[in-house]
Amino acid sequence: MYDAGKILIGLVIFLLLLTFPFWYSLGQASYESPELQLPEDSQECIRDTEWMRKNHMQLLDDWRDTVVREGKSVYTGSEGKQYDMSLQKTCMDCHTSKKKFCDRCHNSASVEPYCWDCHVAPEEVANGQQ
Amino acid sequence: MGSNRRQFLRIAGVTTLLGLGGGITLSASSYQPEEHSAREKEARLHAGRWGMVIDTRKFQTEEDFHRVIEACHSIHNVPRDEAKAKQEIKWIWADHFEHVFPGKENPFLAERVEQNEFLLLCNHCKNPPCVRVCPTQATYKREDGIVQMDFHRCIGCRYCMAGCPFGSRSFNFCDPGPYVKDKNPDFPVRMRGVVEKCLFCYERLEEGKQPACVEASNGGLIFGDLDDPDSHIRQVLREKYTIRRKVDLGTEPSVFYIV
Ligand code: SF4
Ligand code: SF4
Repeated sequence: MYDAGKILIGLVIFLLLLTFPFWYSLGQASYESPELQLPEDSQECIRDTEWMRKNHMQLLDDWRDTVVREGKSVYTGSEGKQYDMSLQKTCMDCHTSKKKFCDRCHNSASVEPYCWDCHVAPEEVANGQQ
Repeated sequence: MGSNRRQFLRIAGVTTLLGLGGGITLSASSYQPEEHSAREKEARLHAGRWGMVIDTRKFQTEEDFHRVIEACHSIHNVPRDEAKAKQEIKWIWADHFEHVFPGKENPFLAERVEQNEFLLLCNHCKNPPCVRVCPTQATYKREDGIVQMDFHRCIGCRYCMAGCPFGSRSFNFCDPGPYVKDKNPDFPVRMRGVVEKCLFCYERLEEGKQPACVEASNGGLIFGDLDDPDSHIRQVLREKYTIRRKVDLGTEPSVFYIV
């Protein structure tokens, strides 16, 4: 093989660059879940926390189509309880503050959903912030 | 060389397949849509084709109009701010006879007709051109005749505004949010670049209620199922002479006027 040395050096540099994110974060504080303000006057969500954390975006997407397109707006939760399929009327009835609930995770995960371009957050509206 | 190349291709192919297959199974297993558990509200009002009769004799004073318009615009978060008035976002409004019924005016119109204004809103046409031109199906016709909008899906191309011969649609040239005072937390606002119009209060029909304007009209607006010969609206249409706007265009409006 010609230039084996050069190729090997090149490979090593390439691998270092490729794995940059891993060794760069070595020794740094690990990701901490932001602290969310939980609703005071209700104990249970429509599904368990773990499920909601993982799936709420798809669920909301699904709700949107089912409600707007099919006119079906009653959701039966895992406990058999029925809910109005509405971000504003159901989700944000308990999680009244966008800033203290939604934004905390979205910000630390650097995602910017555009729900609130149109939907209003009760607490922020009441305070005149939205 | 030849066999090497063949081997390489084989390995590459298999890995791609594995990768694709793996990706698909992963994404499929994480979330299952749950349409099966979604149902309509029990109170929901149904119709074959919703329609409205506007009894213009009951709209005489400014207050008569204002009450009805305010009822709609306040619950649907339509900007009512003076600063916003120039952009004219409107779901229901009023205008003079010659603008409402062009071609029907004459120099000797009855005074009441000539001087009065007439209520205007989306006609929820049976044959709606706005639906035909919308490239994203953001505007579509429901089974009950309501010409519905999915604001999530509107890309603001304004084809529908060009298609609608009644000027029923408004475009948000800027973010309407700051101009909506006392937002109704039960209804969304719109964003910049989205078209809006009257939706026949689908969200109230779902709860078994009449549209907000009808409720506020003191009997000046009659709402009901045009397909049901026994409905109150059909009875009114049988008894009173009514006209519709621009019928010769063939859009078949579902809003009727007693003049
Ligand atoms: S009045 Fe205009 S916006 Fe309403 S359904 Fe007819 S064409 Fe569409
Ligand atoms: S402006 Fe929106 S609703 Fe109108 S035609 Fe375009 S996408 Fe459809």
